[in-house]
Amino acid sequence: MMKIVVCVKQVPDTEAEKRLLPDTLTVDRESSNPVLNEMDEFAIEEALKLTEAHGGEVVVLTMGPDGADAAVRKALSMGAHSGILLSDPALAGSDAVATSYAIAQALGTTEYDLVILGSEASDARTSLVPAMLAERLGLPQLTFASKVEIDGTSITVNRLTDYGHDVVQAQLPAVVSVVEKINEPRYPSFKGIMAAKKKPVAELDVAAAGIDAALVGQAAAATTVVDAAQRPPRSAGVKVTDEGDGGVKLAEFLSAQKFI
Amino acid sequence: MAEILVLVDHADGAVKKVTLELLTKARALGTPSAVFIGAGYDKAAEKLAEYGAAKAYVAEDAELDGYVTAPKAELLAKLVAEHAPAAVLVPATAEGKEVAARLAIKTGSGVLTDAVDVSADLVAEQSIFGGSTVAHSKVAKGTPIIAMRPNATAPEAAPATAERVDVSVELTDAAKLAKVVEKVVLPKGDRPELTEASIVVSGGRGVGSGENFAVIEKLADALGAAVGASRAAVDAGWYPHQAQVGQTGKTVSPQLYIAAGISGAIQHRAGMQTSKTIVAINKDEEAPIFELADYGVIGDLFKVVPQVTDEILKRK
Ligand SMILES: Cc1cc2nc3c(=O)[nH]c(=O)nc-3n(C[C@H](O)[C@H](O)[C@H](O)COP(=O)(O)OP(=O)(O)OC[C@H]3O[C@@H](n4cnc5c(N)ncnc54)[C@H](O)[C@@H]3O)c2cc1C
Ligand SMILES: Cc1cc2nc3c(=O)[nH]c(=O)nc-3n(C[C@H](O)[C@H](O)[C@H](O)COP(=O)(O)OP(=O)(O)OC[C@H]3O[C@@H](n4cnc5c(N)ncnc54)[C@H](O)[C@@H]3O)c2cc1C
Repeated sequence: MMKIVVCVKQVPDTEAEKRLLPDTLTVDRESSNPVLNEMDEFAIEEALKLTEAHGGEVVVLTMGPDGADAAVRKALSMGAHSGILLSDPALAGSDAVATSYAIAQALGTTEYDLVILGSEASDARTSLVPAMLAERLGLPQLTFASKVEIDGTSITVNRLTDYGHDVVQAQLPAVVSVVEKINEPRYPSFKGIMAAKKKPVAELDVAAAGIDAALVGQAAAATTVVDAAQRPPRSAGVKVTDEGDGGVKLAEFLSAQKFI
Repeated sequence: MAEILVLVDHADGAVKKVTLELLTKARALGTPSAVFIGAGYDKAAEKLAEYGAAKAYVAEDAELDGYVTAPKAELLAKLVAEHAPAAVLVPATAEGKEVAARLAIKTGSGVLTDAVDVSADLVAEQSIFGGSTVAHSKVAKGTPIIAMRPNATAPEAAPATAERVDVSVELTDAAKLAKVVEKVVLPKGDRPELTEASIVVSGGRGVGSGENFAVIEKLADALGAAVGASRAAVDAGWYPHQAQVGQTGKTVSPQLYIAAGISGAIQHRAGMQTSKTIVAINKDEEAPIFELADYGVIGDLFKVVPQVTDEILKRK
């Protein structure tokens, strides 16, 4: 029986124009719909598949502001069994170092054989959290996985690399991050959505998770944003319809721009 | 002058262009020391010296390459402890960022990712939200660790001595938990590397098959360009995953990006939006890629792409 914790992040709607708030220089999360980070759906799917094959349960953990429970509910409606919501005003503005610390502490409140994350959150896109978490927990880092196999207490993944892939082996417990090549996330069924409403979600604040408030939040962040400015949008380009000479016209454009 | 550590990105000693960019940037911040991990230093030495490495810390122990990222972070942490550099620069590649992540925890430092520039006072410029916002950030704790995006700086030579200093580290058990049991290396052609290329030609689902990618490759070769692909083309098995451009693929920022048969989904745009000049070829006038394009051709790529290729070859 395996217990898998999936870490998920709530992010602004993928399609929405994103911006930083001018006063706090943090992400404007009010102006668009919050959604579950797409990549994390692949993490949930993989966890569900693994527990379907080997038995066990899936716990979904998120750290986020009020309302981040929506991301947890989405995961529960896909089939995860229970949730942990880590939420506290003290956590607002945490950078990756602090986020990984807070998640590591929250993980300390539960038992697990495997932690699965997405390989990147679509808003900040740092890809730092999974490796930081492995480092903090002292667990094997099996990141950018396009395939995961478990055999008893041994885990093998294909890790996508610049040159192809590495086959990586470790013993459980371990930290895995997945890429979007790994599976096809299921849609929540109506039954799943109804069932999710009754599934338990434990709410943790900083104290309950054993987090030292002095180490998290914007004031404690190891990185600070000094300023931010929106770039003017790209100016509209030229659009031509191919009437048999589209390639020639394009060549003229490339030539005028000195590419040929 | 303060020492700046630069993690060398290389394949068996063949130094990647991003390393030369990092050395160039490091010279504006202090005195660069290259950190070379793995085999093949002899091949790399000259290049590193040419681009201004005053020192080269060389760690050739094969064990450093046998496990996922943790050993490299341990070696760097040791160098940081011994030499107290003013900053550590790594390439903002998937692996570079992971080494940075672990190093940050080990050294109690902050890390900034995807910097496109760094000023002398170590303020990094980050191009965020697909390039729509420019932010300046700095590290407030520990030794600044900055992951620089490839192709953001023009490398400039400035010869130095690259004095070789052999280094090693006694790996902890924790660094040896994730063992690489097999490396699968896909053959790599002669085309420029995607993130280094000044021109990228990408094909998407509209290309229709793996064989048809020859149309894209011919245009790329006429321009001396790298070949990219959308996720749809990669997932269909038409092109290898390393060629994927986008949120989960490579972020490219070439002088010229040509997208053929790519609709321009937000996840694709996230990886190419900061290209200087964007050209789109798509038969659907409504395709969102046209919103970004400096020059768009509405038409069948199988007509337009071969024609522009011929035209380029004629003009050469
Ligand atoms: C534009 C922008 C740039 C930033 N740049 C930096 C920077 O350079 N350095 C820095 O230290 N911080 C940076 N931050 C702050 C950073 O967003 C937060 O620290 C964030 O909590 C973690 O980084 P990420 O979102 O990039 O996660 P990633 O590391 O990209 O996320 C990978 C996975 O980690 C898991 N995960 C991430 N966050 C959570 C969470 N809150 N709860 C549960 N699981 C989670 C998810 O599974 C996710 O798929 C930046 C923020 C913004 C908005
Ligand atoms: C978590 C996640 C991560 C993702 N990461 C990435 C990523 O990194 N990179 C990426 O690209 N996508 C990514 N995607 C997928 C993305 O959402 C799109 O599905 C994908 O980019 C579509 O690829 P495409 O444009 O080639 O295909 P389509 O959207 O199907 O577009 C094909 C286009 O070709 C045109 N066309 C067809 N035939 C011709 C012809 N003969 N001549 C001219 N034009 C023609 C059509 O008009 C159409 O516009 C990701 C998705 C998710 C959920």
